[in-house]
Amino acid sequence: MFRRLSDPEKKVRMTFEGQDITAQEGESVAAALLAAGITHLRQTPVSGHPRAPYCMMGACFDCLVNIDGVSNLQACVTPVREGMSVHSQVAEKDLLHEDG
Amino acid sequence: MKTVDLAIVGAGPAGMVAASEARGHGLSVAVLDEQEAPGGQIYRAVEAVAAQAPERLALLGEDYAHGRRLAENFRVSGAEHIDRALVWQLEPNGLWYLRDEVCHELKANRILLASGAIERPVPIPGWTRPGVMTAGGVQILLKSSGVVPDGRVVLAGNGPLLYLLAAQLLAAGCRIGALVETVPYARYLEAVPHLPAALGSGYLSKGVRLLRHLRSSGTRIYRNARDLRVEGEQHAEALCFHAGGHEVRLDSDLIVLHEGVIPNQQLTRALGCVHRWDDGQKCFRPETDEWGNTSVEDVLTVGDGAGIGGALAAEHAGRLAALEVARSLGYLQTRERDRLSTSSRRQLNKLLQGRRFLEVLYAPPEERQSPPDETLVCRCEEVTAGQVRTAVRTGCTGPNQVKAFTRCGMGPCQGRMCGNTVSAIVAETQGITMEECGYYRIRPPIKPIPLAALAAAEVDCELDDVAQ
Ligand SMILES: Cc1cc2nc3c(=O)[nH]c(=O)nc-3n(C[C@H](O)[C@@H](O)[C@H](O)COP(=O)(O)OP(=O)(O)OC[C@H]3O[C@@H](n4cnc5c(N)ncnc54)[C@H](O)[C@@H]3O)c2cc1C
Ligand code: FES
Repeated sequence: MFRRLSDPEKKVRMTFEGQDITAQEGESVAAALLAAGITHLRQTPVSGHPRAPYCMMGACFDCLVNIDGVSNLQACVTPVREGMSVHSQVAEKDLLHEDG
Repeated sequence: MKTVDLAIVGAGPAGMVAASEARGHGLSVAVLDEQEAPGGQIYRAVEAVAAQAPERLALLGEDYAHGRRLAENFRVSGAEHIDRALVWQLEPNGLWYLRDEVCHELKANRILLASGAIERPVPIPGWTRPGVMTAGGVQILLKSSGVVPDGRVVLAGNGPLLYLLAAQLLAAGCRIGALVETVPYARYLEAVPHLPAALGSGYLSKGVRLLRHLRSSGTRIYRNARDLRVEGEQHAEALCFHAGGHEVRLDSDLIVLHEGVIPNQQLTRALGCVHRWDDGQKCFRPETDEWGNTSVEDVLTVGDGAGIGGALAAEHAGRLAALEVARSLGYLQTRERDRLSTSSRRQLNKLLQGRRFLEVLYAPPEERQSPPDETLVCRCEEVTAGQVRTAVRTGCTGPNQVKAFTRCGMGPCQGRMCGNTVSAIVAETQGITMEECGYYRIRPPIKPIPLAALAAAEVDCELDDVAQ
């Protein structure tokens, strides 16, 4: 679905569901995942449908992932970090609603 | 705790110019932004792109490169830039922000909200599927990461940003399968009376150039498209619509939707500012005077967050707000404020008049205000337009009741994606105006704040208040 105009210059290594991913320093987790061909970031709590980043600017919350054990983080506003371990999440209803 | 004269939320064109201007008159200024660098939406990552990827700077166009100068002026202005700071709660003379997983408080004599716009949600059946993104989202991938769409790409909707993205993608060597315009033919006639003002503003010549470029690239253009819908179960497979008397189905790997931008109302709503429905712009906007003062004392708002005027208008409005704050804090006499504001005031008015043409031509089509029953309007809680209608027919009289009854708008996005649509459906079903219908009540925090971050804050704050 996406490609990079040029290879990352300053590489950052991370994983998604255990799979190695090379990202560009400074970019968001969502951008790194999309560039690596990963489009299903989470499943919705209600119907279980897959979701991918929609707005990339922190408004839609469709990019929620688990990063290093912490759930409900917005992949599009979280910068990549060396060694980061990202997992897709089935957003737990209660977690989501604790703050709503 | 530190107190600044002026705290500005948002380092886009409005916030950057306001900060530079206010510093010029001697005010102490702090600018907070969720992003890592100044620029806002239009000039996102402009400093990094200019320094590290000159080819990308060129393909993004000269309007984008203009942001470099604003960022430079801002950097040397002496305003404190608090980057990666999410402002989640406002009080009349202070605010709370989350930075590096810790909450901080900042006190300010005046607060200027320059938090910009979000893209108007485009609720069509299937818009929640992976493989559907907004034009702004695709543009952010290009600006920030040099990542571009690959495969069969379809752009659908209307508005300057959609055409701009098309031109930028073409310049980046992408192929665009088709551009599907959702402008009803009648809109062209309605827009004609506003043409003269648009001619003077520069918007039009830019638009015509973009369109010509698109056509000469061989991109297939469909006009007057209706009944848009995305097909595909796990991933978007095709965009289907009605145009020119035919049912069209375009196989696509990526469907890019856009129908303009609307003010990001979260902060002004959470603070309790009065908002009005703007029927010209088809959005709610905070009520302000000509300087940006809101209905809440000591709080101003300018830029696209206060009503859509575009990036150049945001600069002028930012300058005017800074002059007003300087006056109200005694750094400037009223007379000086007025004298210094004449040029920006004149240019702002001209830019806003020029926009009327765009507002009429690119008003969202009726079907977006009244989506088919099966459309998910609330992406978080997966509530359909049909469920909202049923709730209204069975007695819910306003958006907040619909929310309580259906959970629509209760998810983590706090109604950003469904708010306008739900108000539109309630208004239509009840036969009332948008102004009468109103909008969700928005309470702070405007984004879910991890409890650990609150606990780490070096202040006593009522957990109940913020993490209800
Ligand atoms: C995704 C997107 C892309 C766009 N691209 C273009 C373009 O290429 N060309 C064009 O002419 N127009 C574009 N626009 C239109 C845009 O609204 C511009 O007119 C212009 O950026 C508006 O300037 P502004 O200063 O009012 O706000 P913005 O430039 O939007 O700046 C607002 C800033 O506030 C920050 N912010 C918001 N809420 C918070 C918070 N709670 N805490 C901390 N920070 C916060 C944001 O991170 C952002 O940096 C775009 C709009 C969007 C939504
Ligand atoms: S993609 Fe919309 S919030 Fe991240």
